[in-house]
Amino acid sequence: MLNVHDLAVSRGGLTVLEGVGFGLAAGDLLVLRGPNGVGKTTLLRTLAGLQPTLEGRVAVDQEQITYSGHADGLKATLTVAENLQFWAAVHGQTAIDPAITAMDLTALQARRAADLSAGQKRRLGLARLLVTGRKIWLMDEPTVSLDAASVGLFGAMLRAHLAQGGAAVVATHIDLGLPEARVLDLTQFKVKSNRKGAFDEAFA
Amino acid sequence: MMALLQRDLRLALRAGGGFGLGLAFFLMVAVLVPLGVGPEGALLTRIAPGILWIGALLACLLSLDRMFALDFEDGALDLMAVSPLPLEGVVAMKALAHWVVTGLPLALMAPVLGLLLSLAPGGYVWLVAALVLGTPALSLIGSFGAALTVGLKRGGLILSLIVLPMYVPTLIFGAEAVRRGAVGGDAMVPLLLLAAISLGSAAILPFAAAAALRANLK
Repeated sequence: MLNVHDLAVSRGGLTVLEGVGFGLAAGDLLVLRGPNGVGKTTLLRTLAGLQPTLEGRVAVDQEQITYSGHADGLKATLTVAENLQFWAAVHGQTAIDPAITAMDLTALQARRAADLSAGQKRRLGLARLLVTGRKIWLMDEPTVSLDAASVGLFGAMLRAHLAQGGAAVVATHIDLGLPEARVLDLTQFKVKSNRKGAFDEAFA
Repeated sequence: MMALLQRDLRLALRAGGGFGLGLAFFLMVAVLVPLGVGPEGALLTRIAPGILWIGALLACLLSLDRMFALDFEDGALDLMAVSPLPLEGVVAMKALAHWVVTGLPLALMAPVLGLLLSLAPGGYVWLVAALVLGTPALSLIGSFGAALTVGLKRGGLILSLIVLPMYVPTLIFGAEAVRRGAVGGDAMVPLLLLAAISLGSAAILPFAAAAALRANLK
């Protein structure tokens, strides 16, 4: 579904990763690992088409991709249900109930997003993935501010998505509790800075 | 895209959405100008078209920086860029929503304020017509400026500097239409030019603004 070949990506005009290559088939889960600043977010944004590729190819149907970043894209003055209905309508879907049940938001449906806790907002942000009806989920640190129970819910939702022929790329530092996940350590693709005119980020 | 329009209108009407900001500003201008220049009716009648148009223009400008900035900050713009919505459509809908919340109410309220500025009786119809035809251009030009400055913190100043020169033709033809209408002259020419600016903006600027957004999302 997603094939990445010899990809180089840049952040703020600096190449951060090069030679990245992997393939993703239906039902695959790829976990991106690497220290802060290695380029996980940049890689995900490039795959989502938000950033141009520097080199290499990303072969994917853009119509099948959805992205979930650090920010959830929620509107504080809309209720939980209204937020989901908006994203469902944008993606030409109508059903939001499965998403609400999957992330345990039933009791919070009529509450304004402004009145949710950080973890509840995150759950709403993750529920948004379900209402898009898209197959490939690109997720950037999806478990931030989630408690253990919610991480479990998220794991179950992700597993159900994979079982239905979906695929996901997740950048995370924690163990999702999904043994089928393939791990890709991005440190190996990090641009070597020992060439001439090496750039030191501290003096940028 | 209707969902986006609906959401934007709903957000504008809810608490803190900024609906009424432009209207209140417009009202203040129209109330304060007679107090500032004195109660001389003839003078007010002469400057009323210009003052009303300047007031409408600045009232529009006031809410422009929120057009994309809020969606940019909470990540919704990224998600829309990945969604099936074309960014051109997003811009067009946002400009339309902006017009419905600012331009249209301004046009409807303008006759009342014209009274405060003792606008000549012949001018009222032309005032409303000119505002209805001209304010869409203000929202569309504004959407382009807002798209260019979306990533900037406190981009309001640079936004005004970019947008104001582009507002000048609309202001000139708008005020001229009302002035000619008020003295019983031929107001159709400036009115048609105003409509042409709005239509031209609607045809070109959503594409320009979408390109600017794409560049700013990188």
